Amino acid sequence: MNYFTEAIAWILDPANAEGSGGVWARSAEHLWYTLLAVLLASVIAIPLGYLVGHTGRGRGLVVASTGAARALPTLGVVTLVGLILGIGLVAPLVALVLLAVPSVLAGAYAGIEAIDPRTIDAARAMGMSDWQLLTRVEIPLGLPLLLGGVRSATLQVVATATLAAYVGAGGLGRFLFLGLKTQDYPQMLASALLVVLIALILEALFEIAERVTARRLHVV
Amino acid sequence: MIRFDNVSKSYPDGTEAVRDFSLQAPSGQTTVLVGSSGCGKTTLLRMVNRMVDPTSGSVWIDDDNVADIAPVPLRRRIGYVMQNAGLLPHRKVIDNIATVPLLNGTPKAEAHRRALELMELVGLETSMANRYPDQLSGGQQQRVGVARGLAADPNILLMDEPFGAVDPLVRADLQTELLRIQRELHKTIVFVTHDIAEALALGDQIVILAKGARVAQAGSPQQVVAEPADEFVADFLGLGRGGLDLHLRETPGGTLVVDGHGRPAGRLADPPRAES
Amino acid sequence: MGWVLANLELIGSRTVSHLLLAVPAIVLSFVLALPLGWFAATHQWSRATLLTAAGLLYAIPSLPLFVVLPTILGFGVRDAANVIVALTLYGLALMVRSAADALASVGAPVRLSSTALGYSAAGRFWQVELPLAGPVLLAGLRVVAVSTISLVTVSSLLGVDNLGLLFVDGFQRGILAEVLTGIIATVVLALVIDALLVLLGRALMPWTRAARR
Repeated sequence: MNYFTEAIAWILDPANAEGSGGVWARSAEHLWYTLLAVLLASVIAIPLGYLVGHTGRGRGLVVASTGAARALPTLGVVTLVGLILGIGLVAPLVALVLLAVPSVLAGAYAGIEAIDPRTIDAARAMGMSDWQLLTRVEIPLGLPLLLGGVRSATLQVVATATLAAYVGAGGLGRFLFLGLKTQDYPQMLASALLVVLIALILEALFEIAERVTARRLHVV
Repeated sequence: MIRFDNVSKSYPDGTEAVRDFSLQAPSGQTTVLVGSSGCGKTTLLRMVNRMVDPTSGSVWIDDDNVADIAPVPLRRRIGYVMQNAGLLPHRKVIDNIATVPLLNGTPKAEAHRRALELMELVGLETSMANRYPDQLSGGQQQRVGVARGLAADPNILLMDEPFGAVDPLVRADLQTELLRIQRELHKTIVFVTHDIAEALALGDQIVILAKGARVAQAGSPQQVVAEPADEFVADFLGLGRGGLDLHLRETPGGTLVVDGHGRPAGRLADPPRAES
Repeated sequence: MGWVLANLELIGSRTVSHLLLAVPAIVLSFVLALPLGWFAATHQWSRATLLTAAGLLYAIPSLPLFVVLPTILGFGVRDAANVIVALTLYGLALMVRSAADALASVGAPVRLSSTALGYSAAGRFWQVELPLAGPVLLAGLRVVAVSTISLVTVSSLLGVDNLGLLFVDGFQRGILAEVLTGIIATVVLALVIDALLVLLGRALMPWTRAARR
């Protein structure tokens, strides 16, 4: 248990806080990698998910490929892309985007698929075009499940972004691999605690976002 | 015989589902509890097999107070048929029917042989024995439900809106079948419905219930229609609103029976059919 | 292709080690998630707590967990038991939610009718609720199986023998074929286990296929 107190002491030690390799800078890097990966994954996955959810076509393909993507070992992708493109940010980013896409994609199409078919029928009967149906009915009603998908993607990416440091990028993983090399358990634990802390903060933000969306949807 | 002695049921939140209800359901006859939703009729039915225990009062089967019988063995000797049949979706038709005998330890071969007999009794082709409930129509599922209720050869059959979820033609069919089966088996049936026409069609004794399971009137179908006890009963029967006030009207095609609004309710059979 | 042919034996032994870590973790997380999920499904007040705890468990990065767990439990870092416990925790994080949802998905009418038929509480759980929760349980188990098999590879950073060592070794020595082989072998292994689970589900739950016909 005293590893925990040592780890917390390590985090609070001013000597570890400042500078480009300090706790603040590494945390900011870690958060930045996470947001960038989730954002890129969303840009790819949300339109695709809406297309599948709206047309109902390609669902089998999406389910199968998300299953396969889940089997893809992130460490393998990181090292593979690292070997091909060299060390730096690109390799971990590719891996993290691949990690995030399945959850976001599933959230996007499941959100539309879960809408009561009678609601869709009613909207069509009122004379909505496909575009109107998508933007005024399907996207708003699908928002809670989409948010849920982005949330679980973010959670996975935050935890996995520690691997970025293995191929020379930054983030909180730096402390982890440094500690691993020198058998410095408090430093490794400190890195883990910081990651969990960031995850908790992001979770809280998503919780608020989900409640606000739910309230909006009831009012509208 | 089933006897309710001054039973009441209230819940911790203060709602009173049943207040001081007493009734006898004679052996070998069908007693129909009829009333609007929320009148407490289902609660009464579930007191018989102890799915609900009364807050006060007692329920008797012949000379036994049900409170003295453990719920699980009690339920295994009382047949129960509910809306949407309540079949187990992961069991084949034949296993659904044989559920209670198997629970009671009847050998599988014998339970299955009996299940096939019951399928014939309720008008199901035995070729359906190996299907799953989802592969049957609503009416067929309901027949399986009746067969399952009869499987342990119980003296008592409790039926909770068993035909409420099927379309009118199938429902009429199922009612006719139930009457036929009852003529053969003479079970003590307690039947719950909100449909007065169904109550009149099936009941030897009709009990019309108001809120809190107050007995507005109990009697034979003839009695309640001919002599409704009060406004509430008359209103429930549809008397005075034209529902059951029938008249004869001569038309070129024959004598029609019309309701209070002049809408045809049927044709006068000529010569009148003998009571069966 | 040349690398694969030259190292078939190595790939085979790493696959076996990989399975020896993944399969116990998958089985354990399923078996442990059932009572927890049942508790969450039947005791409404515990649901939010259990599911939030499970969710947070998932936010812990796997590598530090592999490292820190031994300091709490007294295993060596490279012990199979250490890796299995860590993987089981991640599996639980996913499976508890699935189990709670699965058991909650059994409809009230079926519960009611089986009570009326005279099932005891235990009989109803084993013979009615558990089989009917089967399809949702299976869906959850498939996700757990696939992600566990993928997650095993992270432990190779600590030198634990499994397919992930092909990434570490290949990356350090610059052998692209080795890394690629590791990825493909892991994915294939995951898909094979997934397919086996689907077949098992069909054998154990014949009614789910009948209904779709």
